[in-house]
Amino acid sequence: MYKQSRTYRLLAHTALLLVTLSMFLPLVLVFMSSITDESTLITDGYSFWPQQFSLDAYAYIAANSETVFRAYGVTVIVTIIGTVVGLFLTSTMAFALSLPELPGRRVLSFLVFFTLLFNGGLVPAYIMWSSLGVRNTILAYILPSLLVNAFNVILMRTYYQVTIPAEVYEAAKIDGASYFRIYFQLVLPLGKPILVTIGLFIALGYWNDWTNGLYYVSNPDMFSIQTFLNRMIQDIQAISSNNTGTSVTSNVPAVSVRMAISFVALLPLLIIYPLLQRYFAKGIMVGAVKG
Amino acid sequence: MKRRSTTRLRSFLPVYILLIPGMLYLLVNNYIPMVGIISAFKRINVNDGIFFSPWNGLENFRYLFLSGAAGDIFRNTLLYNTAFIVVTTVVAIALAVLINDVASTKLKKLYQSAILLPFTLSMVVVSYVVFGFLSHENGLLNNTLLESDPIQWYSEGQYWPAILIIVNLWKTVGYSTLLFLAALVGVDRSLYEASSLDGANRWQQVLTIDLPNLFPTIVTLTLLAVGRIFYSDFGLFYQVPRNSGAIFDVTTTIDTYVYRALISAGGIGQSAAAGFFQAVIGFVLVLSVNAAVRKYQRSSALF
Repeated sequence: MYKQSRTYRLLAHTALLLVTLSMFLPLVLVFMSSITDESTLITDGYSFWPQQFSLDAYAYIAANSETVFRAYGVTVIVTIIGTVVGLFLTSTMAFALSLPELPGRRVLSFLVFFTLLFNGGLVPAYIMWSSLGVRNTILAYILPSLLVNAFNVILMRTYYQVTIPAEVYEAAKIDGASYFRIYFQLVLPLGKPILVTIGLFIALGYWNDWTNGLYYVSNPDMFSIQTFLNRMIQDIQAISSNNTGTSVTSNVPAVSVRMAISFVALLPLLIIYPLLQRYFAKGIMVGAVKG
Repeated sequence: MKRRSTTRLRSFLPVYILLIPGMLYLLVNNYIPMVGIISAFKRINVNDGIFFSPWNGLENFRYLFLSGAAGDIFRNTLLYNTAFIVVTTVVAIALAVLINDVASTKLKKLYQSAILLPFTLSMVVVSYVVFGFLSHENGLLNNTLLESDPIQWYSEGQYWPAILIIVNLWKTVGYSTLLFLAALVGVDRSLYEASSLDGANRWQQVLTIDLPNLFPTIVTLTLLAVGRIFYSDFGLFYQVPRNSGAIFDVTTTIDTYVYRALISAGGIGQSAAAGFFQAVIGFVLVLSVNAAVRKYQRSSALF
């Protein structure tokens, strides 16, 4: 195989190594800050290698773990339900629109596609979802984002068209299978790779979403982890405030707790990232050649 | 004949049934709010809802422009997006070229997964990360490099264009790099060999081999980004500046304005008016850009 000159390769690797570090180091700063002693933080600030380590912030979170666990619970439930329902809506529409001989296909495709081009914006959506009574319920996180990107429908439709040969449908129809059976027993299993890829993107969207919480949720009992983190920007005491209105906040190690909670919110993603990134990279490249 | 078409339709009945949930969802989530865009011409009160609130002509637009907000938010949205398009494209191309040259598959994988990491973080987390660097009292910068002459980052506007461009680059460059990489992977390696026998150095190869091969992707991505130039990343502009009022004039875009006006007392009218502008201009832009892409390269057009 052809190789570039030595100097070039050296420079290239140095540049790429620096870029790689710049992607990681900011997260390292968050972690190191979270295990820094509070008084060290106040004199020296956040740093990559603190003078004095301490796990006080995590001890504080553990002592108030109910809030964090509850928020994680909300996030997990929302992510699971949202991903399953979102995938169902995406794949049923993609399946229907992938059938070339379906009467009305063009109109239906247009109706899906048009939502990518034009939307009413925040005000009408906000008024509508509020009037439907989703505020401060788990539905406030799930419903507004179920089909957050109609582009997924188009990706999946193209995948079905390209990978499932027409003979499969023909054979199924000769066997007397209805389209229900074709969808559930043929298309869903055959399209598993695209379900996984798009499902992961939908799940990531739900896991990371803080906007629905910002718009529709004000009850601390219903905070997701991202909503909780967002509220804590304004109010560090969010962690210890509970329903009864009493709060013990005099000795919150506020500076380190902020970073500790961000790290706790970040951790699950970091753990599964090595596994996920392959799918994300593949998904992005699939989008690149959408066809 | 008629019988045959009814049996045909009947055989498709399950498909239509499968379509019902999705279409119903689009109707509620997308199409009803589209009609709701008339709220820009109404004096909205939440009790009456959009459809029963009284009309008030162009009053909302008058407020939007008289308050002076319109100029700032349109300028910021356009300028930031332009800067993002240019900076991210250039850096992503450079990274894609460098990564494509890496011979070791292991290292290639490492670089690829590293640059995609920030893409998977939520903007709230990113805002904490940035806070770690910029916090006035506790930030890394004010306690190390700038110890003798600290900067009040969250109240001095002049730094924010640079900060937001860097944060946006950090967050999104991995995504664009992968798109360019996908285009480069297909380039025949023997082209480089041949041109290097002709005495071309790496820079000349970039100009004669890499860039021409990337050109279709560059054009398509840029045009699509231009089509969305009136839409800003709400998270970036809302979370990263931490809602700091002192720097609103350089950090407010259409999307953050729409949200803040919506939750402020009596601001819902201006919010709807700004949203109306965004939706309509955005729609026209997407259509024209798509027409341009179609002309240039049919297969890359959205429709």
